Amino acid sequence: MPTLPSEPARGRAPYDLAVVGAGPAGLAAAVTAAELGLRVALLDAGPRVGGQYYRHPAPELGAARPDRLHHGWAVFARLRDRLRAQPRIDHLAGHHVWAAERGEPWRLHATLGPDAGDRVTVEAGAVLLATGAYERQLPFPGWTLPGVVTAGGAQAMLKAGLVLPGRRIVVAGSGPLLLAAASSLVSAGAAVPAVVEAGSYLGYARGVAALAANPAKLVEGAQHGTVLLRHGVRLRRSSAVIEAHGTDRVTAVTVARLDADWRPVPGTERRIGCDAVAIGHGLVPQIELATELGAATRTVPDGTVALAVDGEQRTSLPGLWAAGETCGVGGADLALAEGVLAAYAVAGRPAPRGALVRRRRRRAFAELMAAAHAPGVGWTDWLTPETDVCRCEEVPAGRIREAVEELGAGDARTVKLLTRAGMGWCQGRMCGAAVACLAGGPTDRPDSRPLSCPVPLAQLAEPPA
Amino acid sequence: MVIGAGVVGAACAYYASRAGLRVAVVDRGPVAGGTTGAGEGNLLVSDKEPGPELDLALLSTRLWRELAGSLGEAVEYEPKGGLVVAAAPAGLDALREFAAGQRKAGVEAVEVGPDGLPELEPHLAPGLAGGFLYPQDAQVQPALAAAHLLRASGADRYLGETVRGLLTGPDGAVAGVVTDRRELSAPAVVNAAGTWGGAVARLAGVELPVMPRRGFVLVTEPLPRIVRHKVYAADYVADVASGSADLQSSAVVEGTPAGPVLIGASRERVGFDRRLDPVVLHRLAAQAAALFPVLRQVAVQRAYRGFRPYLPDHLPAIGADPRVPGLVHACGHEGAGIGLAPATGLLIAEQLTGARPSLDLTPFRADRFPPSAPDAGLE
Ligand SMILES: Cc1cc2nc3c(=O)[nH]c(=O)nc-3n(C[C@H](O)[C@H](O)[C@H](O)COP(=O)(O)OP(=O)(O)OC[C@H]3O[C@@H](n4cnc5c(N)ncnc54)[C@H](O)[C@@H]3O)c2cc1C
Ligand SMILES: Cc1cc2nc3c(=O)[nH]c(=O)nc-3n(C[C@H](O)[C@H](O)[C@H](O)COP(=O)(O)OP(=O)(O)OC[C@H]3O[C@@H](n4cnc5c(N)ncnc54)[C@H](O)[C@@H]3O)c2cc1C
Repeated sequence: MPTLPSEPARGRAPYDLAVVGAGPAGLAAAVTAAELGLRVALLDAGPRVGGQYYRHPAPELGAARPDRLHHGWAVFARLRDRLRAQPRIDHLAGHHVWAAERGEPWRLHATLGPDAGDRVTVEAGAVLLATGAYERQLPFPGWTLPGVVTAGGAQAMLKAGLVLPGRRIVVAGSGPLLLAAASSLVSAGAAVPAVVEAGSYLGYARGVAALAANPAKLVEGAQHGTVLLRHGVRLRRSSAVIEAHGTDRVTAVTVARLDADWRPVPGTERRIGCDAVAIGHGLVPQIELATELGAATRTVPDGTVALAVDGEQRTSLPGLWAAGETCGVGGADLALAEGVLAAYAVAGRPAPRGALVRRRRRRAFAELMAAAHAPGVGWTDWLTPETDVCRCEEVPAGRIREAVEELGAGDARTVKLLTRAGMGWCQGRMCGAAVACLAGGPTDRPDSRPLSCPVPLAQLAEPPA
Repeated sequence: MVIGAGVVGAACAYYASRAGLRVAVVDRGPVAGGTTGAGEGNLLVSDKEPGPELDLALLSTRLWRELAGSLGEAVEYEPKGGLVVAAAPAGLDALREFAAGQRKAGVEAVEVGPDGLPELEPHLAPGLAGGFLYPQDAQVQPALAAAHLLRASGADRYLGETVRGLLTGPDGAVAGVVTDRRELSAPAVVNAAGTWGGAVARLAGVELPVMPRRGFVLVTEPLPRIVRHKVYAADYVADVASGSADLQSSAVVEGTPAGPVLIGASRERVGFDRRLDPVVLHRLAAQAAALFPVLRQVAVQRAYRGFRPYLPDHLPAIGADPRVPGLVHACGHEGAGIGLAPATGLLIAEQLTGARPSLDLTPFRADRFPPSAPDAGLE
């Protein structure tokens, strides 16, 4: 590692800062911190930097203009150039961190592949968690049919491989990602017969000030709106896909209007033909690396649990910082601002004013959106007893209700123990929110996931470095 | 009135209501929300030396078999047998001696020569000296066991209510509980609060030094049946009996009906520290891979931990507290509470109804520990 002659002597850790996650937050943080003189390790499970937002095709695909699918591609391109020019950053691609250990130094345990030797422990004086978020799903009858994909998944497929999940795609669920996904899908040539949004968007009206302070967000929303309008796409508010039809593949969906609690209003059902459905109910911060260490959390207005941070992006654990979606879902611009602020804080430098202002405005806007898209309690009305809630373990809603009503389960954990819901490969990332609702227990606790991802046993069997 | 809806509290409720008592169970969380939901379901006689705990285990073995008739499938009961293996001849000699003692107490133990091992466990590492098969060892899924015992008991359930105090009669006898929502009176209160049993005893003004002993379990991805019995290496028995606070681990490897292989469990006294310890995971994984090299090809999908309710002499507290009338203990089962639950429940029910006890309760008396200095030993 090259060191500047002016640099003070540091501890033995080879890095001053290890950043987990190379999305907008992690990338901005790593680049900024290195430019402030810190030695940085930037770890990401994926092969390329960019995270969810700046996901782009592998160069081998030879995509002529990945920027076409991206707002803010120029911002990303600049960050990437700064990363490439930066000798003080080691970009550790393909490093999936499965656990973090507190201490001086901090230790991050990562897996690189299937073999016994594919194991790395990275030591650093401080850690920044920028691991982003995963999608929240609320099941409905037929959601396991081929052709039903997640909205973010559809978006990601498009960005990474330039493929469409179908030709006639209903986009449904709740949250701003739906508009982004629909707009990308139509731009790529798909027909979108409807965008079905469960929220009323009325919540936005209560936060006019936050809206007015975020012209860029409005412009972005308006851009999606314009694209959708141009393609004749209808936005149905206060509505939901309550069933998907088909035998081998989805061929149609039933859409119904919802009351204020998200209960389907009888008599409002209508059928829409399609060959794919892209669904999503917003995002859930991915924070287990911190919560397994006991980091404090907060409940976001949309019902998800995020890391609690102070004005300097510091978590409750000394030496652990967080930025981006881990602090509450708020989009790429907020993630960038928080990444920059975290870097300044770790370096012990005063925060730049611009980033402070951007963070304040974007965070206010994010909380507003979160409140507007919080799932109503009545969504469970569209489940039938046979609807699989956990797809990995094939656990239907009826079994979960039995565990709660007859066997005494009272939270997501005991439902899992009694039914196996959430025990499969995805470790409850797909069904966790739904199971927690059905269990009726507290939803302000983060999911427990001592291992952040599966680890080959052969690697654990090797003595820790 | 039973405090605790873990497997022990559920078994107490089950046997008490079968004996004709009216029962209520209160728990601050859901059913199996404590250590029961964090344990493995080994019902072992193989790891116990002759003495009061083995007697309890043998009684439980019989009771679990009986329960299996009605609840077997629901609780995933599997009488699969345990296999203890030794790497070297010296280890096998020690096992032989241990088994001889157990046999006198009623344990079935069959010596298996090195050539017999592959037939029992085709994927076991080659070159082991031999082992012992314990046909009485069995398995249940702990959370299901607690939930179904509780349901079958028909007891009134007060879940999500914390016991904050005890009601006492004019004579000082315990006469019920005070939860954060109500008062519930009953002539007898059973302390089945597991690792938190010491805190409940303190509500009655007496000491019971229950401490947490942490354990981690590794869970692999779902696999076809490559492990047929509960398999562990000879050192396990020494670990179980150890009183040291330091880390002990010797992996017990077992398959489950759902497919994942469970590798457990470490033992260490570190208070209620929930943090994952890579050294512990490493030891468990290395030991499991030494027994079953094929496991090196699979992924560990998750890990979990729990805090065993540990009493200094490794025996639970079972029965009426001689110091406080009306208070009855059923806690402190450490790493064997799933296995020992039915016997515990039966003994408590017998005592509450004045029936002749199936076992002598003297070794399990709650006042057997010397009084400690204030707060000593409480983690
Ligand atoms: C599927 C999906 C699609 C999305 N599409 C859009 C979109 O089209 N438009 C939009 O505005 N927003 C989209 N978002 C929202 C997106 O989260 C934010 O806009 C933005 O990317 C957040 O930046 P971030 O840096 O906080 O997290 P992310 O961009 O999510 O970056 C997190 C990074 O951390 C890595 N990571 C996570 N856990 C580990 C680990 N344990 N070890 C190593 N690396 C790890 C991930 O590989 C990822 O690269 C999408 C989100 C998801 C989940
Ligand atoms: C990793 C691990 C592996 C294990 N493997 C095995 C095994 O293979 N075989 C085996 O037999 N045993 C095993 N055990 C041990 C076994 O899990 C325990 O002995 C057993 O679960 C104890 O049950 P319990 O009902 O006494 O306690 P718990 O299940 O903890 O129940 C006590 C209950 O009391 C409640 N409570 C406490 N205080 C209050 C209060 N003030 N008010 C209301 N409610 C209260 C708690 O919420 C809790 O639900 C293992 C344990 C661990 C940690």
